[in-house]
Amino acid sequence: MKLFNYLLVTLLVLNFNLLNAQDLDLQKKITKNLRCLICQGQSVYDSDSEFANSLKILTKQKLNEGLNEKQIYSYLKDRYGEWILYDPEFNKNTYFLWLLPVLMFIIGGAIIFKLFIIRKN
Amino acid sequence: MKIKIYFLFYTIAFLIIFFIFYKGLQNPNNYKPTIKIKKNIPSFKAEMFDSRININSEEIFKGNQFYLMNIWASWCVPCRKEHTFLVNLSKKKNIKIIGLNYKDNNEHAKNFLKELGNPYNFIFLDKDGIIAIEWGAFGVPETFLIHNNKIIKKIIGPINEESLLEIERLIQ
Repeated sequence: MKLFNYLLVTLLVLNFNLLNAQDLDLQKKITKNLRCLICQGQSVYDSDSEFANSLKILTKQKLNEGLNEKQIYSYLKDRYGEWILYDPEFNKNTYFLWLLPVLMFIIGGAIIFKLFIIRKN
Repeated sequence: MKIKIYFLFYTIAFLIIFFIFYKGLQNPNNYKPTIKIKKNIPSFKAEMFDSRININSEEIFKGNQFYLMNIWASWCVPCRKEHTFLVNLSKKKNIKIIGLNYKDNNEHAKNFLKELGNPYNFIFLDKDGIIAIEWGAFGVPETFLIHNNKIIKKIIGPINEESLLEIERLIQ
């Protein structure tokens, strides 16, 4: 019985660790996608400025409150604008940015196809 | 004929790319914070500066009065410079100055006010800097002019003569 109790406690502790680890991973992912606005070229995750440290605490707090990744982004976007996100969202201002690589790939593919495959035949 | 089409295609492609990069050159790549005004002020809960009791912001910011919300800290050098302007402004009757003490040591902050004067009608504490983020602030010092629960002016960085004049004009 004693052994069983020990096992149960260990299992519970390990479980909590897992939960925590998932949260930490998400927190890491979010802060890596946030631009530190007062220290250019660094993400909030990388920076140690006052602003970035506050944002890290805020992200953790919001996650604990039950907000998901998207909600946190929109909360911050509302305050600091789109620029705070490293990964811009797909909208009318950014569709060209997102579609350009696809377009280039298709055009490039067409050129290669035309030059090599059709010519060979 | 084929060569002509290729030539045309390359010229157009070159021109498009040239145009995009040329446009891009003119955009400054430094971040300039967009100043969002006419926005409702956030409501938050924070500790009071001298009593450590939690208070709701709605109890402080009420209706038809002009408020100046100033984010400050004793460790911030520009705040020292700006403080004289705040003390001058606090003599005016139609504006209340609210402070947000940002990530500060309480003792140091009290000494700061003792040394330079206390222009604030009320001071909130912001130990983690989370309330400043709630306001969309970047750091210290930063100042918001509030009327009817709306931000009507935002000053990033210390207040100077010019911004003081504008605040005085706005609260007339």
